[in-house]
Amino acid sequence: MKLISAVVKPHKWEDVRQALEVVGVTGMTVSEVSGYGRQKGHTEVYRGAEYDIAMVPKVRIEIVADDADVDRIVETITTAAQTGRVGDGKIWVTPVESVVRVRTGDTGPAAV
Amino acid sequence: MCNAPGKTCYTRETKRPHSGRMPDLLPLAATPATAAGDTAWLLAAAALVLLMAPGLAFFYGGMVRSKSVLNMMMMVFGALAVVMVVWVLAGYSLAFGDDIGGGLLGDPTQYLGFRDMLAPDPDADYPITLFAAFQGLFAVITVGLIAGAIADRTRFGTWLLFAGLWTLLVYAPVAHWIFGGGWMQERLGALDFAGGTAVEINSGAAGLAAALVLGRRVGFGRDPMKPHNLTLVMVGAGLLWFGWFGFNAGSALAADNTAAIVFVNTLLAGCTGLLAWLGVERFRDGHATSFGAASGVVAGLVAITPSCGAVTPIGAMLVGVAAGAICALAVGLKYTFRYDDSLDVVGVHLVGGLVGTILIGLLASTSVTGVDGLFYGGGTGQLGRQLVAAGATLVFSFVMTALLLWVLERTVGFRVDPDHEVAGVDLVIHAETAYDLHATGGARPHFGPGTGTLHP
Repeated sequence: MKLISAVVKPHKWEDVRQALEVVGVTGMTVSEVSGYGRQKGHTEVYRGAEYDIAMVPKVRIEIVADDADVDRIVETITTAAQTGRVGDGKIWVTPVESVVRVRTGDTGPAAV
Repeated sequence: MCNAPGKTCYTRETKRPHSGRMPDLLPLAATPATAAGDTAWLLAAAALVLLMAPGLAFFYGGMVRSKSVLNMMMMVFGALAVVMVVWVLAGYSLAFGDDIGGGLLGDPTQYLGFRDMLAPDPDADYPITLFAAFQGLFAVITVGLIAGAIADRTRFGTWLLFAGLWTLLVYAPVAHWIFGGGWMQERLGALDFAGGTAVEINSGAAGLAAALVLGRRVGFGRDPMKPHNLTLVMVGAGLLWFGWFGFNAGSALAADNTAAIVFVNTLLAGCTGLLAWLGVERFRDGHATSFGAASGVVAGLVAITPSCGAVTPIGAMLVGVAAGAICALAVGLKYTFRYDDSLDVVGVHLVGGLVGTILIGLLASTSVTGVDGLFYGGGTGQLGRQLVAAGATLVFSFVMTALLLWVLERTVGFRVDPDHEVAGVDLVIHAETAYDLHATGGARPHFGPGTGTLHP
C-alpha cells in the first residue's frame, strides 16, 4: 500500500478529481494548504506599501492506494493538473504500513 | 460658517437657542413649520453621525490583522460610550457654555449634566438638547479616529480613561474655539463648517502624538501587517460616507438651501477623492486597489468637512482631488520617518484636515459663504486665518495629547506587554477570537466533547 500526496493548483483541483473518478478512485482527503517552491510568492500593495507574500495557496490531495494502482493514479493526476507553467505542484509516494477501515475494522488492502 | 450680508446665517453660534443672539432674519426661520423641519432633520442627522461609529469600526477593523479586529472595533464602541457620558456630564458645557475668558473655554458649570436645558424654548429652531447630543457625537467620532494610530497594542481600560480625559482636555476646548463662540470663530474669523479643525486635524495630531508616545508595534516595518479583511474596510467606508451626510449637511443646523449645497459637496468630494487616490496608485504602483478606493473616499470626505459650507460643487470636486492625491502620498511618510501610525490617522485625517481647512482660503466663494478665497479674487486674508486656525489646532492637540498619554503610560500604563501584543489583543484583553471558521472550533486545546469545554 502506498500514500500518494499531490499538491496542485487550486483551480486544477476539480479537473483532478474528475479524472481520478474516471480511473476508479472513490475517495481521497483534500486540504487547502499554502507554501512555496520555484513559483515563489507574489507582491501585494496596500496604501502604497508593497508586501512580498511568500506563500502561494495550493490544494493537497491524499490517496491511500494499492501498489498496483499507484502508477495509474500518479499519471492521472499529473495529466489533469498540468498547465506547463511554474507552480503546477508536486506528487510524491510513500509506503504505508497499515490501514484500518474504521466502520468495519477491516485492515490491509481490504481497507483501502 | 455663513456670514454674508442679507443671507440667513445658520451657524452653531447664531442658531444656538440659549446663545441670546438670534439671526437677523429670525422671523422667517422661526415659523413653527420651519422649526419642525429643522428639528426633524437634525434628529435624523444626529442618528446618521452615530452610524459613523460602527462605520469606523468596520473601516478600521478590516485594516488590522485578524488577531486584533475585535479590539479595534471595541476601541471605537468603547469610546462612543465613554465620550457621550462625559459629554453630557461636562464636555458640552466646556465647549458650548458661555465663554469664561479669552475665547479659550466655555463655562464648565453652566450646562453641567445638561441642567437648565430641558424646558422647551418656543423661539428656538430646534431643542438645545438635540443640538448638544449632535455635537457630542462629533466628539465620539473624533476620539474613535485616534484609535487607528495605536492599533494592536493598547490597554483597553486605559484607552477608555484616555477617551474621557481627552474629550474634556482637548476636544472640548478646540470645539469651543471654532464652534462654541471661541477665539477662532469670533475673533479670528476662520471658517470651519463641520470640523476640519476640531475633528480632523485634532484627531490626526492626537494620533501622531499617540503613535510617537506609545512607540512602534513589535515587528513594524519587518513583519507583514496587511489588512485582514478589505470587504469590511469597504463596507465601513460606505457607512462612513452615508453618515457623513449627517455630519456635514446636519451642521447646517437647518433643512435649507445651505444643507442641500453641503450635501452635494459631500457627495462630490468623496467621488473625486476616490478617483484621485486611485489615479496616484495606478501611476505609482501599477494597480488601482479597493483599499485605495475606500481610503480615497474618506480622504475626500475629511477635506470637505471644513470646506463643504464654503465652496461651490466645482470647488468641492477640487478639494476631493487635492485630498485624495495628497493623502495617497502622505500615508507613506510613516515608513520614511518610522512612526507607527498603524491605520494612517495622520496621513488621512491630519493631512486631509489640513488640506480642506487651508483650501477654504483659496476656494471659498461668496456664492456659498461670506467671503471669497484667493482664487475668487478675495486676497490672502482668509487663507491666513485658515492657516492660523489649522496650526493652532495642530499644536495644541499634539502637545496636550502627548502630555496626557505620557502621564497615563507612566501611571496606569497604556501599552500592553510585548508577549500579549504578539499573541493578539483580542484573545489576551477580551478573551475572544473574531472568526471561528473551522469544524474543530479553532482547534482549541480542550478535551471533551465538541469544540471545547463549556463552563456555564
